[in-house]
Amino acid sequence: MHSLSASYDNNIVLQDVNFRVGENDFIGVIGPNGGGKTTLLKIILGLIKPVKGTIVFNSDLIDRTGIGYLPQNPTGDINYPVTVTDVILSGMMMRKKIISRMSFSDRKRAGEVIEELGLTEVEGSSLNELSGGQLQRVYLGRAIIANPKLLLLDEPGNFVDSAFENDFYEKLKDLNNRMAILMVSHDIGIISSHVKSYACVNRGLHYHPSSEITNEQLLAYGCPIQLITHGEVPHTVLKYHN
Amino acid sequence: MEGSILQYGYIVKGFLGALFASITAGLAGTYIVSKRMVFLSGGISHASFGGIGIGYFAGINPVLGAAVFSILSALGIEYLSVRHKIREDSAIGILWAFGMATGIIFIYLTPGYTPNLMGYLFGSILTVTNTDIIALGIMSLILIIYFGVFYRTILYLSFDEMFARTYSVYVNIFKYVTTALVALTIVLNIRMAGVVLVISLLTIPPNIAMLFTKVYSRIIVLSVIAGFAGTAAGYIVAYFAGIPVGATIIFTLSVIWGAAKYINIVVKRSAPVKSSATGDRNN
Repeated sequence: MHSLSASYDNNIVLQDVNFRVGENDFIGVIGPNGGGKTTLLKIILGLIKPVKGTIVFNSDLIDRTGIGYLPQNPTGDINYPVTVTDVILSGMMMRKKIISRMSFSDRKRAGEVIEELGLTEVEGSSLNELSGGQLQRVYLGRAIIANPKLLLLDEPGNFVDSAFENDFYEKLKDLNNRMAILMVSHDIGIISSHVKSYACVNRGLHYHPSSEITNEQLLAYGCPIQLITHGEVPHTVLKYHN
Repeated sequence: MEGSILQYGYIVKGFLGALFASITAGLAGTYIVSKRMVFLSGGISHASFGGIGIGYFAGINPVLGAAVFSILSALGIEYLSVRHKIREDSAIGILWAFGMATGIIFIYLTPGYTPNLMGYLFGSILTVTNTDIIALGIMSLILIIYFGVFYRTILYLSFDEMFARTYSVYVNIFKYVTTALVALTIVLNIRMAGVVLVISLLTIPPNIAMLFTKVYSRIIVLSVIAGFAGTAAGYIVAYFAGIPVGATIIFTLSVIWGAAKYINIVVKRSAPVKSSATGDRNN
């Protein structure tokens, strides 16, 4: 990402952002609300065109087929007549043209993902028959079925079932062995034990190449985030977090 | 002899109409029911009455007028709700009433005779021409090809439009094309069921199918079968009882839905209780 700027209604949201994601990086994207975190993901996904700058992917213009995406609040209708297998297969559409048929190898790959995520028992079920944790794994399956090089996660903490939170982050750790992960979060207290580095986004972007970060560093990066404690667990959160 | 030939042609026409109506309504109906677009489709069917009125007034085929009016209404509802931030249900309500009002005014202004409005409002096989049957047949073919070729795209786009936008730049094109095809399906079935009842022809069969399967492709197939059974049975009953065919078809389909729902409840009650493998839902 070179000298990249983005705006909404002529208001600059991101300005002169320079950023590089390497293989097997696990970067926590943090910053205040309205700082441009989600905009950053949308630019990478190609949903927003930058007003200035370029994004390159292995020296080529960014190829969206190599990106998996888990949205903040998946908008799929859980009462829609679609099975778990269908939803996971829909992640293959990244690599398909509009006249799309799922091949034997696509279905085989879906079976592997279903098994990897522990969804075998519910592969033929509708989404409205699943628990929150299962639903979250289905959407993760959709994001990874096409073997992306880069996985984008937008505030997964909002969506992750607390009962399956540890499983979820353990799964991300496994996935990080074969793909880079960029995870937007407002709560770095939770993600600090999982990410390897941070990108602090507040109109500009400051890269912090370590999983440990201090309050002073956050202030120096222009991210108004405070270190607080819930019980005995040091917790670094957004300034206005309750 | 002449009477029996006429009777034979009438029956063939009725069955072909029932077949094509059930194919088109099964495909378009599964789309609108799954995507929760039933109210939008109701708006389109009623708005099309404006085109029927204008068609009569201008001396052109009323179905052609209805087709143009319904497609413009469907796209107009999308345009008003997305671009001008008018609530979709309000936009539907406005165009629904506007279409009906336009139709009544233009039919009133049409010089000469008063057309048989009952046929358009409630359906009548007597007004179905060979051209209508051929048009329904062509529409069946178009929808089979369209849904066959773009099945996965339509399925995923309807399920999660926001996610579809992350991988496809064709989302709006598919939305508008599919909505236009739904509008055309509604118009071509107006001759069978009428402006007021046609929406039931599209919504009851998929709802019968959904009682027995949750797989989209199977819902389409079952909808076509249920639609044909209801339409053909309704047609036969209407023919022999001498009652309005559109109302009889919808009445028959409603009875089938009621019976299917009852069977579904009985089967579920008698089935052994499955232990929940899904755990608690927290989302």
